[in-house]
Amino acid sequence: MLLIYCPYCGETREEQEFSYAGEALIKRPDLDATDEEWGDYLFKRKNIKGVTTEQWAHSAGCRKLFVVERNNITNEILNVRTFESIWGEQEA
Amino acid sequence: MKYSWLEIFKKGLDGNKDWPQAWPEVSPKSSYDVLIIGGGGHGLASAYYLARDFPGKRIAVLEKGWIGGGNTGRNTTIVRSNYLWDESANLYEHALKLWEGLTQDINFNVMFSQRGVYNLGHTLQDMRDIERRVNANVLNGIDAEVVSAAELKQRIPIMETGKHVRYPVMGSSFQARAGVARHDAVAWGYARAAAKLGVDIIQNCEVQSMEIEGERIKGVNTSRGYIGADQVGCVTAGNSSVLAKMANIRLPVESHPLQAFVSEPMKPVLDTVVMSNAVHGYVSQSDKGDLVIGAGIDSYTGYAQRGSPHLIDHCAAAIVELFPIFSRARINRQWGGIVDVCPDACPIISPIPQVKGLYFNCGWGTGGFKATPGSGHVFAHTIGQDQPHPLAEPFHIDRFTTGALIDEHGAAGVAH
Repeated sequence: MLLIYCPYCGETREEQEFSYAGEALIKRPDLDATDEEWGDYLFKRKNIKGVTTEQWAHSAGCRKLFVVERNNITNEILNVRTFESIWGEQEA
Repeated sequence: MKYSWLEIFKKGLDGNKDWPQAWPEVSPKSSYDVLIIGGGGHGLASAYYLARDFPGKRIAVLEKGWIGGGNTGRNTTIVRSNYLWDESANLYEHALKLWEGLTQDINFNVMFSQRGVYNLGHTLQDMRDIERRVNANVLNGIDAEVVSAAELKQRIPIMETGKHVRYPVMGSSFQARAGVARHDAVAWGYARAAAKLGVDIIQNCEVQSMEIEGERIKGVNTSRGYIGADQVGCVTAGNSSVLAKMANIRLPVESHPLQAFVSEPMKPVLDTVVMSNAVHGYVSQSDKGDLVIGAGIDSYTGYAQRGSPHLIDHCAAAIVELFPIFSRARINRQWGGIVDVCPDACPIISPIPQVKGLYFNCGWGTGGFKATPGSGHVFAHTIGQDQPHPLAEPFHIDRFTTGALIDEHGAAGVAH
């Protein structure tokens, strides 16, 4: 059972309150992208063995999506961030 | 040595002391024609059919741990072929036909037991889907029938088919030729049969990187040194993306933990396999007597060979509702394996367009065991002839660019 900290609710809650929402920060291609680029965007994943950057939604809580860094070999959660903080960094 | 009743009798006379080793322990040579990475059922089957159907090739299987220590030893051993779409029905039926003669073919008792598989329906929509799938199966020459709830009660008296439960059973599909096999025996049998045909089975040999020159594979660096090869087939299930990364490509798979558990051994109580997608659990009784129960995948990706307990809880609740008699069975062991799930719940059996000589057989997700012989056979031909076997063609990795997916998610059911 993962224990996940929700950065919006400010609380650590059990995994069952959350929904896993896949690899985070995948960039959507431009509309004129090739079939290959669209296929990559839709289906291909890094599927890293080690520290992943992934999305979780607090479905049974605030229902917001946020970003979790997790070591998927040990299941240790290393960092939790909001999208706002990530986008803020990227703009700065 | 050929295993036979006579040998069992003769060896029994002197206390079974001098059975020969099933396959020799070998060190890797400096190069091979074909390397198969991954010594699970699919990899060993691939090596066996390559050696059998393409004699003269120098072949080795590289296994990072021990033979059958990965998902081959962790699945719930169900074998069936009642898939909805033609492409997958043909592939799994090909596998089922090979299963039917496998023990004789590889001279190793894989304990294939065609005890039938029931896929339960709990809603009107489930029943419509079941009728559609049964009709599709029959048109594809696969045995299938629809069974009513009343008939189910006759056939499996211990199953709860009343209407007062949360998800009442309304009927099921039934495939009589489906069943279970002994998972370890499949790995050992293929390893022995392949070794007999000259395949080197190399354990404790982890592939660490690939040597690729000008878009062509040259060999692999392993924990036991460099091994050159003209062709490399990757059959590493949950770790497929790790190998893909070595070749600098990405695969459309994600690795999830899938959990299962077994009860204490008990007297024969369930003589078939019962699966339910709606309440999500599947159960059979092994020859040893323990109930073998499988849960669903964990939602998150991961490489830890264990999952979250609430999935076990959910699955146990479903099984106990279906079989109240099992409520006091004690659970002996619980474990997880890492399964590589494709977006369309169908495998990838394919040459890799970016790297000549490199092939992947992966993406079997939660249901690879049943396909072991068929998977190995069509993959061997895909490598041996350097073009996809006709049954493997629809499972080319290009489908994730063209969009020609084979949508088995939900169609054949998530449970395997």
